[in-house]
Order: sequence, then structure tokens, then C-alpha cells
Amino acid sequence: MTTGVHGPTRAAIDEKTLRPDRWWLPPLTTFVVFSAFVVYATVRAFMGSDYYASPYLSPFYSPCLGDCVEGASDFGQPFRAWPLSAALLILIFPLGFRMTCYYYRKAYYRAFWLSPPACAVAEPKTTYTGETRFPLLLQNVHRYFWYAAVLVGLVLSFDVVLAFRNEDHEWGHMGLGTLLMLVNVVLIWLYTLSCHSCRHTVGGRLRHFSKHPVRYKLWTWVSRLNQDHGRYAWYSLFSVALVDLYIFLIANGTIEDVRFF
Amino acid sequence: MGYQLKMRVWRGDQSGGDLGDYTVEVSEGEVVLDALHRVQATQAGDLAIRWNCKAGKCGSCSAEINGRPRLLCMTRLSDFDETETITVTPLRTFPVIRDLVTDVSFNYEKARELPSFAPPPRDADNKRRMAQVDVERGQEFRKCIECFLCQNVCHVVRDHEENKPAFAGPRFFLRYAELDMHPLDTHDRRELAQGAAGLGMCNITKCCTEVCPEGIKITDNAIIPMKERVVDRKYDPLVWLGNKIGLRTKDNDGRTEP
Repeated sequence: MTTGVHGPTRAAIDEKTLRPDRWWLPPLTTFVVFSAFVVYATVRAFMGSDYYASPYLSPFYSPCLGDCVEGASDFGQPFRAWPLSAALLILIFPLGFRMTCYYYRKAYYRAFWLSPPACAVAEPKTTYTGETRFPLLLQNVHRYFWYAAVLVGLVLSFDVVLAFRNEDHEWGHMGLGTLLMLVNVVLIWLYTLSCHSCRHTVGGRLRHFSKHPVRYKLWTWVSRLNQDHGRYAWYSLFSVALVDLYIFLIANGTIEDVRFF
Repeated sequence: MGYQLKMRVWRGDQSGGDLGDYTVEVSEGEVVLDALHRVQATQAGDLAIRWNCKAGKCGSCSAEINGRPRLLCMTRLSDFDETETITVTPLRTFPVIRDLVTDVSFNYEKARELPSFAPPPRDADNKRRMAQVDVERGQEFRKCIECFLCQNVCHVVRDHEENKPAFAGPRFFLRYAELDMHPLDTHDRRELAQGAAGLGMCNITKCCTEVCPEGIKITDNAIIPMKERVVDRKYDPLVWLGNKIGLRTKDNDGRTEP
């Protein structure tokens, strides 16, 4: 039976949408950029090499808990016996955080699921159950990935501190890699702290703001960040790929690090 | 300066209909509703339009202009090129009655399903009290004019008629959130929001927020916070454990009903 906008009680209009604008452009852009990132990240995650160029460690491999090259494992190698790339041990956490993120959900439901492709544009599928069933019911686990993302953020911040060294691990130096890592970690923190689950955890879940003034204050700060959560999601996606690419190119000898001092 | 505006307006009822072409003189500063009224006055006396305040506050004149759900009275002609043909259709989620008028009773049925505000007994001086900061929290939600553009654009019911019985829609998630965040409401709205109202059907694609003429951040400030509250109630084992052993009590602050 015909359903949706072509249902029997609805106004009889043949077109799925009457929008004359280029409504397909934002989902197409999202599709292309996300796909490119997924391909790049998959290749780099499975590569298992060229992720450390002293003193820089790629964010895809941090913390490096597997059988990593010398100098890359600041937190030991508890999974030394792991036969595959060390990135695969830890990428599940940032990946899970982004996959279940409320902003990314919007972006990929539109761009990949076409559910809907754009506002007031009919979706192609004939049935829809939303996030009520497995596996999409698992989106509700987002807050646990946020807890993990905070830990990842702390580790990446530690990596930035270590990047203020030179190749011989002497302190008080800085290069272009340090700057890129610093910008990246700021964007990662902005993305992590603007998360909707963070907003809920710090104060959103309360029923009386007036009884919890400190948490209310925290909630107002996170709420302000939260308005730009989608923007931080994009910026941090680019920055993390850029930092990895820069370190990859140094590590395999294609370019040399630009040292500032 | 006036000019001749080309319009396509959907005419018909449930037995069928089509887009009719009209050319009408319009003036600077006018809105789409003005143009339609002139069409009605000069060329199509039987054109059905629902409208009332002409000020974006009554929520009556919801329609779709060039495929986008908007208020007829708040859509300026100056937003369009003078040579552009403006297409106006009724809301495409609700049953059409005639021309631009639809039957929006789905929304009133959903409103009736929502348990109303349930305050606790009054204080000894016969008053109820809440702090200003708690009053302010719900003010954004009170701006809703019930134009139902969010209900209309939501693909859960727009593209799937069969979901209507199980899905309340963004306007009512707004109401669920408002009441669940209200310090004096004694109901626990979380179970109901996920179950009877179908909050889990929402995949937060934010079209409701995009079309809201009042600029209410429906998704960020109502639906997602409500989804997080539902996780507290139904899906988070740590919250469940915290509730059981009495370490986490603030979720139920002021609630007396399960």
C-alpha cells in the first residue's frame, strides 16, 4: 500500500519533494567526506607502521599498548602479544564515541541511510523503526563511550606535553608537529566537552537547578559549547586525520619536521 | 514597487487535486499569505486557507512553500527572486481537507494522551514555590505556538503513516521534556516518553528544529535531554545500581509517581 506523502488521505502531489534548492548537497558532502575519512583511517589503523616520529605519536595509535616501536609506548605494552596493529586495540573507543554521537547520528542517518536525505524530502525506505531495536538500540550506550573519550582526551593531552621535546627527548622544543597536535587536542576537548551526554551528566539530569548551583554553572558552560557540537565534530575529525598524516609523512621519510626552536 | 508574482497553489481534496497556476500583483513588504489572499479576492474566491493572526503567533497558517514547511504569514516575498514561481501546498503529513487546509487532529489526539502537569500538595501557606532559575529552564518550551510544522516535517510520520499510533512527535517530546524537567511535577515521564510516545523512533535528524518558526532548539534542548533521561531510567546499569543502593537519588527528586 502506498504510504507516506503519497498516502491516500494526503494531498495528491507526485513529487517526493517540491524543494527547488540543492538539498542533496549537504548529505552528499557528508557522504564523501565521511567515506574518505573511513577509508583513510582504516588503511592507517591496519598499517601498523609509521605512526611514531620522535617525539610525535599519531593519535590513531595513542596510547600504544601493543607491540609498538621503541619510544611510542608511554603506558607500557600490556597487549604485546596482540598480533595485529596496535591502533585496533584503542580505536574502538573514539570510533564508538563518534558513531553513537548525537551529531554524527544526524549526519550519517541523512547521508548514508537517507532517513531522511533532507528535511521534507521523502525517504526511499518503506518501513522505519528508528532506534527502538537492536542494533540501533545500542546508540543509548553513548555516555559510556563519552567516559572513554575523556580518558582518550587525557592521553592525547599527555602526548602534546611530550611533543614539547626534540628528537632526543630534550625538553623545551617545539615543531610544526607540536603545534598541529596542540590544535588537535584543543578541538578534541571542545568536541568531547560539548557532548550531549556530558551536558546531561554535569547537570542536565537534575530536576532542581536551584539546589545545585555549581552543577548548574557547569551545565550552562557545557550548554554554550554544545551549541557548536557539530562544528567541533567536523573540525576535530579533520585535525586528527591531519596530525596522523603529518606524523606518517615524517615517519616514512617523505618530509622533515619543521622545528621552531 | 509592485510586480506580478507567479504562483502555483495546490487545489483539491482527498479525492484528488493539482497545482494551479496564478499570477497576482504583489507589493513590497508583503508576505506569501498576502499574495494568497489577493488570489482569493481576485481569482479564486473558493480557495481554502486557514489563517488567523498574521503575526506568527497563532500557528494557523502552516503550509509548505517551495517544498519547505513554513508559516504563510511569516514568509516574506522579498526572500524570493521576483521572477521565481512560488509553489504553495498544504502540509503533506496530515489528511487534506481542501486546498491548503489539512486535518491536524492527529496532534490533538497526541496531546490528550499526554498526562497533564501533576503538582504536589500546596505548602502550608497555600502556595507552591519554585526558584527563578528552574522557572527559566522551561521558558523556551513555552514559546511553542503549536503550528505543527515540526510534526509535519518529522519523517517518522511524514513518510510512514503506520507510525502515527505509536509516535507522539517533536511537539509533544517538547512537552514531555518540559514536564520532566519541572521541579514541581510529580510524574515520572521517562517510561511513558519511550513507550507510549515512541521517543525511540526519533533518529534526531533535527528537521523539527530547522523548521520551528519560534527558533526552539527542539532536538538539542528537549529530545536529546529526554533521550538521556530515558537512558537513565531504562538502559544504564550503573544508574540502576546507584538507584538501588541509594547513591543516586536526584533523578527522582520531587517525583512521587513511578
